[in-house]
Amino acid sequence: MEKEKDKGFIDRIWDFFASIRLAIVVFASLALTSVIGTVLEQNADPERNIRLLAKLFGNAAAPTLFNIFESLGFMDMYHSWWFVTILMLFAANLIICSIDRLPRILKVAKEPIKPLLEDRFKGFGIKKEFVMNGGLEKTKGAVSQSIKKVLGFNPSEVKEESGYQLYSQKGNYTRLGVYVTHFSILVILLGAVIGIFFGFKGFLNLPEGKTYSVAFSRTGSMAQTQEFERVLNAVEASAGNLQNASKLLGIDENSLRTMMRKFGIFPLGFNIRCDMFNVDFYGKSDMPKAYRSWLSVIKDGKEVMKKIIEVNEPLKYEGITFYQASYGLVPGGVENGIFRFKVTSKEGKTEELNARFGGSFTLPGTTLTAKIEDFSPALGFDQATNRPFTYAKQMNNPAVLISFFESGNRKFGGWILKRYPETWALPDGYTLEFLDLWGSQYTGLQVRKDPGVWIVYLGCIAMAVGLFTAFFMSHRRIWVRLIDERNTTRVIIGASANKNKQAFERKVDKLVDHLTETKKGGK
Amino acid sequence: MDSSTLFGIATMAYILAMIIYIVYLAFKKPQIGVVATTVTVIGFITQTFAILLRWKEFYDIGKMGILRAAPLTNLYESLVFFVWCLILGYLIIEFKYKNRSFGAFITPIAGLALAFIDLTGMDKDIHPLVPALQSNWLLAHVMMSFIAYSTFALAFGTALMYLILKTEKRTEPSYIFWTVTMGIFIVILGAMGLDYLTYKVAIKNPDVLIKSFLFKASFFSNSTAVSLISWIVAIAFIFLLWRYGYLLKKVISAFSLSPEILDEITYKSIAIGFPIFTLGGLIFGAIWADQAWGVYWSWDPKETWSLISWFAYAFFLHSRLLRGWKGKKIAIVAVVGFVMVIFTYLGVNLLLSGLHSYGSME
Repeated sequence: MEKEKDKGFIDRIWDFFASIRLAIVVFASLALTSVIGTVLEQNADPERNIRLLAKLFGNAAAPTLFNIFESLGFMDMYHSWWFVTILMLFAANLIICSIDRLPRILKVAKEPIKPLLEDRFKGFGIKKEFVMNGGLEKTKGAVSQSIKKVLGFNPSEVKEESGYQLYSQKGNYTRLGVYVTHFSILVILLGAVIGIFFGFKGFLNLPEGKTYSVAFSRTGSMAQTQEFERVLNAVEASAGNLQNASKLLGIDENSLRTMMRKFGIFPLGFNIRCDMFNVDFYGKSDMPKAYRSWLSVIKDGKEVMKKIIEVNEPLKYEGITFYQASYGLVPGGVENGIFRFKVTSKEGKTEELNARFGGSFTLPGTTLTAKIEDFSPALGFDQATNRPFTYAKQMNNPAVLISFFESGNRKFGGWILKRYPETWALPDGYTLEFLDLWGSQYTGLQVRKDPGVWIVYLGCIAMAVGLFTAFFMSHRRIWVRLIDERNTTRVIIGASANKNKQAFERKVDKLVDHLTETKKGGK
Repeated sequence: MDSSTLFGIATMAYILAMIIYIVYLAFKKPQIGVVATTVTVIGFITQTFAILLRWKEFYDIGKMGILRAAPLTNLYESLVFFVWCLILGYLIIEFKYKNRSFGAFITPIAGLALAFIDLTGMDKDIHPLVPALQSNWLLAHVMMSFIAYSTFALAFGTALMYLILKTEKRTEPSYIFWTVTMGIFIVILGAMGLDYLTYKVAIKNPDVLIKSFLFKASFFSNSTAVSLISWIVAIAFIFLLWRYGYLLKKVISAFSLSPEILDEITYKSIAIGFPIFTLGGLIFGAIWADQAWGVYWSWDPKETWSLISWFAYAFFLHSRLLRGWKGKKIAIVAVVGFVMVIFTYLGVNLLLSGLHSYGSME
């Protein structure tokens, strides 16, 4: 008695986890809680969400509401214990539901089709009956041919008392589509978990000309403490060789790794250098066309890879991927950067020249000295007064003000704009192209290592296959009885499809048309 | 002739078709039905040419390859494509089920979507692609998403009609649900139209409309009187729709539209849309995000809302298998699912970004 009761309880739990009811409760709760997560800004400044709540519920209630939401984990809700619990319920539901139903479905799918008893023919959704001229054997051949030709099925046959029965099925394994879909969700969840535990997601702001051997985590304690700087400097001084870095710091390698983890410093295992960064614009507009970084990978002192990356065109090396994410100006970039020019003489000879801010250079083949007087990252001219001004902080329209001197006397000068070739021409037939202020910008890279991503992709493929099988394919079966009526043969068709019955019925109608036409042709 | 002229002709054709379909519903003359279908087909062909022409115009400006010149890059273009898919889906149904009565319910959705473009003063210019959109995934992802959206819209239409047909009493929850949902829909569109007419000059794009002027001409007006009257009118309208909504039932049931056919179309539309949405919307979206930003899933509002819509339709597909969930309850799920889709598509861009912007005008 006791045992039976106990079993009943376990069975009930099992049934609960295998039920569709749980599935729809999970769908509803994931959907409803996710809504809250899109309204409250995730991982944001508390200030922002308090202002948001004040907007929705008034100033008085906002701080209290914020505290309630925060203690429930809503400020980072997709990682909160209860959201993860719902996801685990989802996974448990999928697993147990599959274990519960799969054996039965597998049996149906594997089972070879068998001939049916006479009375079973009455119960079909698709039912056809007609009489064909010609004897039994001839009709059997015609029907068998037509089934092959019209339906693409390969029918088996059995001799019956009154004639023959032909039967065939197709797409029996499409019944598994649902389970492939369910399984794929588990695979995707597994891939995501692997990514969370063994992957890394971070960033690296890499100035032009600089080399780094690490990336930084957004969630790590990024406080710019002295210790953080000391560790980072030691690692960078030894070009990412942690053994050397730990010697520099006077600690062992393992405690260095622990410290780095604490600070959110992720060792790449190689060095990455930004050779240049540039924004391309559409025509003369300020609409960006492409953000490009020229990157080099250096491993063991040797350059092993070079690539120009863009948004949608990342660089991948040893499982770590670098994405073009942002850009910006390096503090003191104008003073420390290098102005790069290309001079073309009257004869068409070109030469590249470099200079510093406030510095000067001689135009080759002349006695002219050019002096860099000023720089603007985004030069515009006031429409009314035609006076120059800087209209943006970023390098939207870099321009350099140059004066040309001959034996100490200023001859001429003016703004040379990188994006406007008409400003490059000098009075005496020379052109001076402003190439770049190199070293003044950094490229913002998103850095990621995710060993789980391939599992996620496999899951996605499985999901696509599963869904398309589940929704667009069906298990179709057909039985045909041929009854000998001396010179004619009665044909009785019974057919079924587990999905989209109408489409199969149309096919069966076609089969009937085909047969009755053959009959006419035979006359 | 440029693409915008052709789009204008198509819009006119759809609005005309909508009127003719409604006249057809009222008088039931087959000739009128043929005219309605003809006008719709003319509109559809014109719109097809317009889309192809805009594709070419985009290609000539962008010079980035034919796949990256697909006119699916902003709200305006995507709405136009949505309408195109919707009309195509409708024409297929009309042909397959030999029934024109849906036209009176589908062409208004197309008309409303196109009216929404003009009501919000949406930017119709061709802009070259920003770097993030320069990917071949754009075409597959956006196209499949919108094909799925239009199947969901069809399911929404038929589910709503199913509810209209199946509800008996005014006190029935399903009846209250469909009248109130429909009422709120019409009220919101009307209020937005009023905003547009009042602040026409100040509105440069839908973002500005939603962030700064949403319902300022009605519910949130600075004048208490206007605001009060708006609320009263809105509530009165919804009440009237509730009081006299059953009249619509008479109109629909006058046609050979059985609830069973409606239920079947609802299911079939979603059964087609769901796999397409999963593959094109979610999976391709994730692959693209992975390629562009290095995260295949980041729980940002757009992603999360498309997942919410996905759950809504997963709910729909699974609840059909439950006992006691046939019929009206499922139709309600299909209607709610499409409300989620609209929010994914418009609400996230317009409303949530507005919520998070703290009223700054810049």
